[in-house]
Amino acid sequence: MSRIEVRMSGSGGQGVIMGTIILAEAAFEDGKQVAQCQSYGPEARGGSSKAETIISDSKIHYTKVKLPDLLLSLTQQSFDKYLPYIKDGTIIVVDSSIEVPEETKKAHKVFSLPILDAAAEVIRNKMSANIISCGVINAILHVADWDAVEHAVLNHVPRGTEESNLNALHYGAKLAREYGE
Amino acid sequence: MAEKRFQVLQGNEAVVEGGIAAGMRFYSGYPITPSTEIAERSALRLPQVGGKFIQMEDEIGGIAAALGASMAGLKAMTATSGPGFSLKQENIGYAAIAEIPIVIVDVQREGPSTGLPTSPSQGDLMQSKWGTHGDHPVIVISPSSVQECYNETVRAFNMAERFRVPVIFLMDEIVGHLREGCELIPPEELTISNRRVDREFNGTLAYAVQEGNYVPEYAPFGVGDHFNVTGLFHNLDGFPTNDSDVTDSQERRLLDKITKRRDRIEKWEEVDTEDCEVLLICFGGTARAVEGAMDISHQYDSVKLGMFRPITVWPFPEGALQKILKQNRHLRHIVVAEHNDGQMILEVQRIVEGAVPVTHLGKIDGTTITPDEILDKIKEVY
Repeated sequence: MSRIEVRMSGSGGQGVIMGTIILAEAAFEDGKQVAQCQSYGPEARGGSSKAETIISDSKIHYTKVKLPDLLLSLTQQSFDKYLPYIKDGTIIVVDSSIEVPEETKKAHKVFSLPILDAAAEVIRNKMSANIISCGVINAILHVADWDAVEHAVLNHVPRGTEESNLNALHYGAKLAREYGE
Repeated sequence: MAEKRFQVLQGNEAVVEGGIAAGMRFYSGYPITPSTEIAERSALRLPQVGGKFIQMEDEIGGIAAALGASMAGLKAMTATSGPGFSLKQENIGYAAIAEIPIVIVDVQREGPSTGLPTSPSQGDLMQSKWGTHGDHPVIVISPSSVQECYNETVRAFNMAERFRVPVIFLMDEIVGHLREGCELIPPEELTISNRRVDREFNGTLAYAVQEGNYVPEYAPFGVGDHFNVTGLFHNLDGFPTNDSDVTDSQERRLLDKITKRRDRIEKWEEVDTEDCEVLLICFGGTARAVEGAMDISHQYDSVKLGMFRPITVWPFPEGALQKILKQNRHLRHIVVAEHNDGQMILEVQRIVEGAVPVTHLGKIDGTTITPDEILDKIKEVY
């Protein structure tokens, strides 16, 4: 891994910013260099929101993501908005409610996973979709040891939700590992 | 609160941590995007270290209260963005003439007036030097990473204390909202400067400079002798005067505090300046795009690029730039990249004096300059 760029997108309030912060903190604790940014503006309220983390073995100079190595989208609107900004080899992770064009499916590795349903029905906390997403992303990209990811999750979740959020994290990892099996 | 030494922090948050490490124990301000996290973290952290946070009624109150706290002996800071920076200018001049140490953070946003609240800009560069009226001393520091937000805030407080001047910490949204790893170096491992205190003022002359010093000693208000503080030119006892000799000597001393000690204030970064063909000059968050452009350029082994980045932007490190011009025989072109319509370029042109062509790359649409745009500009001019 020299430099990995991750973009998470969804609607305002789904916690994609927090998701990228957790990934950044986990990778940092694991000894990597990190940079995390978010789109910051009126569009972050409602509408689509996006946040990015860069993880690298060496010093990160330019801190913005142009074409990510992994694009995760939790809503159709945000997926449509950021789909044009991918490159050859970009891995795509979408909630299974999102329609992905056939040509994209042919050209890219696409993980279509029931992230939002799992949050609501398995974890029983809609707010855990971002944590499930972190589990998915780390299972695919291995940005950090699971200990470090767990630690970063625990740094950010409200008291009393620690266990369910750790469950969410590992459920996400399971979704990614079992996908397409 | 046990702090972890290495943390992922936002630039805005690192400013607060650096300030606290430097001894900041008072913050007053009025929250404004994109600087709000500075107020938020100050509100959280200052009470934990025995300090005070006050949200004031407006921007002017925000700086005025911090000046009062500084006169009472605390290291004080306020933070704002362009609209608030404009409102604070009168009190910045007051801090300069009354010699009140203070750190003022300006996280710049795009445009005049309320402009684009959430977008990066570097349009306040000239204002940070000339915003308040009259000849006045000012030191301006501009960080380009989260670590620098921490370390340079410490230096900002040190210089405010040592020279009894307002120090402007000129940030942009690129660095203010960036999260990166940051080492929270504990105070015992840092150089910390404190103002010299003399409760009796060598008599009652609050503005007399003692032998061997270049700033007056100071007594925390309410602790030492009573003295007068005014924005008018004043005698050594602090009371107003119209005397032209006193005015001249006081004004010269205020300006000399900075101009005669530039070598202790100036700070800059140089990358490959000794043999580059194109020198990129930038400050603050723009440096990250410049470094990105240099990374790409290295891969393709094209034209040799160098970077000159003032960290202390005022006073501008002109001796360092002159040295590059004199010693680098390969230099063919200078490109100044900044998120404004041409401010630092004026200073660069003044120093370069036509020795090599100077081209401007400016952006004022609220988006950030990219490495590709820098490389395109180089192709265009070189």
